[in-house]
Amino acid sequence: MDTDYVIVGGGVVGLSVAWGLLRRGRTVTVLDGEDGSFRASRGNFGLVWVQSKGLRQPRYGQWSQHSAALWADFSKELAENTGMDVPLEQKGGYDLHFSEESLQARVTQYEALRDQLGGDYPFDVLGHNALRKEEPNIGPTVVGAILHHQDGHANPLKLLTALAADVRRLGGQVLTGKTVTDVSKPDGFRVKCEDGTRVDGGRVILSAGLGAMQLGSKLGFKAPIRPQRGQVLITEKVPKLINRPSLIARQVDEGGIQIGATNEEVGLDDRVTQQGMSGLAAQAIAAYPALAKAQLVRSWGALRVLSPDGLPIYQESAEMPGAFLVTCHSGITLAAAHARTLPEWLERTPDAPDLEAFSEARFSIS
Amino acid sequence: MQTFDVVIVGAGPAGMSAATEAADLGLRVALLDEQLSPGGQIYRGVNGVSAERAKLLGADYAYGKTLTSRLPRDGLAYFDGAVVWAIEDGFCISYTKDAKASVLNADRVVLATGAMERPMPIPGWTLPGVMTAGAGQILMKQSGIVAQNAVLVGTGPLLYLVAAQMIRFGAPPVALVETQTRSDLIRGARYAGGAMRGWRYLRKGLALLAEIKRAGVPRHRAATGIQVEGTDRAEAVRFHADGAEHRIVCDTVFLHHGVVPNTQAARALRVPHFWDDAQACFVPNVDSWGMADVEGLFIAGDGAGIGGAKSAELAGRITALRVAELAGKLAVADRDRKAAPLQAASQTDRAVRPFLNAAYPPYTGALTPDDATIICRCEEITAGDIRRFAKLGCEGPNQTKAFGRVGMGPCQGRYCGLSVTMLLAEAHARTPDDIGYYRIRPPLKPVTLGELAAMSAPDLEGEV
Amino acid sequence: MKPVSPFLETGTAPQVTIQFDGAPMTVPQGSNLAAALLAAGIRTFRQSPVSGAPRAPHCMMGVCFECLVDIDGVSRQACMVDVSEGLVVNRLAKAEDPDADL
Repeated sequence: MDTDYVIVGGGVVGLSVAWGLLRRGRTVTVLDGEDGSFRASRGNFGLVWVQSKGLRQPRYGQWSQHSAALWADFSKELAENTGMDVPLEQKGGYDLHFSEESLQARVTQYEALRDQLGGDYPFDVLGHNALRKEEPNIGPTVVGAILHHQDGHANPLKLLTALAADVRRLGGQVLTGKTVTDVSKPDGFRVKCEDGTRVDGGRVILSAGLGAMQLGSKLGFKAPIRPQRGQVLITEKVPKLINRPSLIARQVDEGGIQIGATNEEVGLDDRVTQQGMSGLAAQAIAAYPALAKAQLVRSWGALRVLSPDGLPIYQESAEMPGAFLVTCHSGITLAAAHARTLPEWLERTPDAPDLEAFSEARFSIS
Repeated sequence: MQTFDVVIVGAGPAGMSAATEAADLGLRVALLDEQLSPGGQIYRGVNGVSAERAKLLGADYAYGKTLTSRLPRDGLAYFDGAVVWAIEDGFCISYTKDAKASVLNADRVVLATGAMERPMPIPGWTLPGVMTAGAGQILMKQSGIVAQNAVLVGTGPLLYLVAAQMIRFGAPPVALVETQTRSDLIRGARYAGGAMRGWRYLRKGLALLAEIKRAGVPRHRAATGIQVEGTDRAEAVRFHADGAEHRIVCDTVFLHHGVVPNTQAARALRVPHFWDDAQACFVPNVDSWGMADVEGLFIAGDGAGIGGAKSAELAGRITALRVAELAGKLAVADRDRKAAPLQAASQTDRAVRPFLNAAYPPYTGALTPDDATIICRCEEITAGDIRRFAKLGCEGPNQTKAFGRVGMGPCQGRYCGLSVTMLLAEAHARTPDDIGYYRIRPPLKPVTLGELAAMSAPDLEGEV
Repeated sequence: MKPVSPFLETGTAPQVTIQFDGAPMTVPQGSNLAAALLAAGIRTFRQSPVSGAPRAPHCMMGVCFECLVDIDGVSRQACMVDVSEGLVVNRLAKAEDPDADL
């Protein structure tokens, strides 16, 4: 046996889990893809986000809250271990609204969720004037916002880099440029790659993002995931313009304004389009009119890794016990939970979290 | 929305000749150029140049007026100051002119985006006062200003031309610090046959060297360890040559070690590129007509591989013939008959290239620089950073970009792209082709959010 | 008062007045803005937003973005702009330390 765990996928999800297992004394081999692979880890929006999560499944709201609460300590530990800064800011985030009706409808949903969560769902509703005090650059057509105090944002690329460094520092084997073609279980697991690499491990974690579309069934998972394109824009570095993040725009720690994101069902097409970019720009200017004069310097399309209900999937294979599917579209928000808590579930410790709500059982044909 | 048979991007020699030829063959042509007057970089500002200044710059430059004067004609819409920032399949060309963004439609696109000088990352190259030799030449051409107390550093024929032009402008450079070695010249001599066919270029080169010598400008050869010193601006150039350490005090440093294709637009359209060892750069894969492996897309001129202004002009015409034939405006036989003399002239014109490539190779100290040297000017990422990211598992430039922001700044990787590929190739002991290049996406040039938003069609944008 | 420039002007075009960082400056009409500023003795065009290091035109052909200046609130490449009477040019506003309140 080469290793306790073979982790297929070296993005933020795979590396977070690898990091957590290494800290528990397990040996880990991570198989990572190529330079041009679809990588949500380098295309995501960077929010550490609670609000609006779990409106239909409160357990998801709770799980996101759990991760958000662990994040500061997690990022601090990574920074101390690696000497690399992992910027995080958790002083709340907005859901901006352009009509009273949509704002009120959302508030009603949040109130219901707050009750389901036993009251632990701290948010305030800000009218335009109150919002303007917080965000002097807000536009006149923004009628108000929900300020959720558990929301925040991070630098997702610095998280990725620090994780890559710390997993190695902790003794994790990371093999890059690998495309996994087959997984078999003669005794333990044997993972084969396109280039002939073979890794034998006691357990396998499939955290390959969209790669699970091909590999999932080989391991006995339903893995009903699909890509959803999000186009994202980023401007030149500008003086401070936005204090708190929203789903529309945030000012990143380096100074640029990041603007997101489209939701497009276009398969594995990760291109950007002029129409998509123009729509995003128009919405961002409506929220923050001063952005009209900012230069767009980069854009990208990234593919979300979505399950039918948008929730993560944590599932052990019935066909191949010891193989786990770990996939989600909120790898940044959930990074702390994946690093600190999910390993307990994988290791079946007594205080492992109950993740039944995220099993594949919910995709049973009804 | 305006629709054309062909949209040509770039009004240098290739773009201008492609546009005039295509229009003469009955195509509706749009020629877009980001400069305010035509000519590209080689003929920059040629329409506005005085007779006196044109004389100082030489006949090869003044010839540009022949090309620009042909632009006004039926069927050719020339858009000056038009910055193209997106080209989508089909084709939709998005551009900004006079602070307004618009879209053109075309069946075919010719990229004539030319060349840029090969970035020359050496210690101190981000200091004010350190420019490219081409920049020094552009200052003379377009604005009539010349650097006094300047040192020219690097290698290649442009260095000699700029030196001679500076002499004629009354400000001879303090020195030439050249990086090519005697063995480079010997290697170049193997291609003497081709060079003799390109004898016009050799004769011009020798004349320039004579002019430099007459002006008493000192030349240092086989220089290594080159660095620019200074705190807030360039103050001196330091280097080793002839077994000694030199330090030359100056106000301006002009760097040059060759030119490379500007592949940004072709990359964004996902044209396959390959590494050209002879020119030490990536070149798009096109056929002899300039046709790329993307339906309806052509690349003409230096953007398809460095050949120089004359070759670019010929290539533009050759591409236009193929475009006209595909558009049904020209029979195949006529296309071939018209193309034959152009192709022959192009071959002759390019005969000197193998000699130039071998005799004036890029400065190795700037291809894979020392750890402390900045290679990404925008984000201030050093060569050492790239080597560190390689050790963290970065297989290619898109991974190093994510890990360290290299290539994320306003120049969009134009200045660091080749360096990153070469450093990763060195670190992983693989070829540049294996390592690859940045995934280039729009905007090809920055566009303001206001300009973008003004193009927004209502109801097209989904919920966040 | 005009600072000493390392560049020599050879042209004889009529002069126009522009404003640079609030001060009037006479430059040749129709000249390239980056060239005109260099000729007027402007050495530093901007500070790198990463380290604050001084930067100035490098390529003069729209590739390197080192010559960025503020024109009417928009950052523009000075090497791609021609001057005209009354043009108002400023150095880019320095971004506050964006990490300050992290």
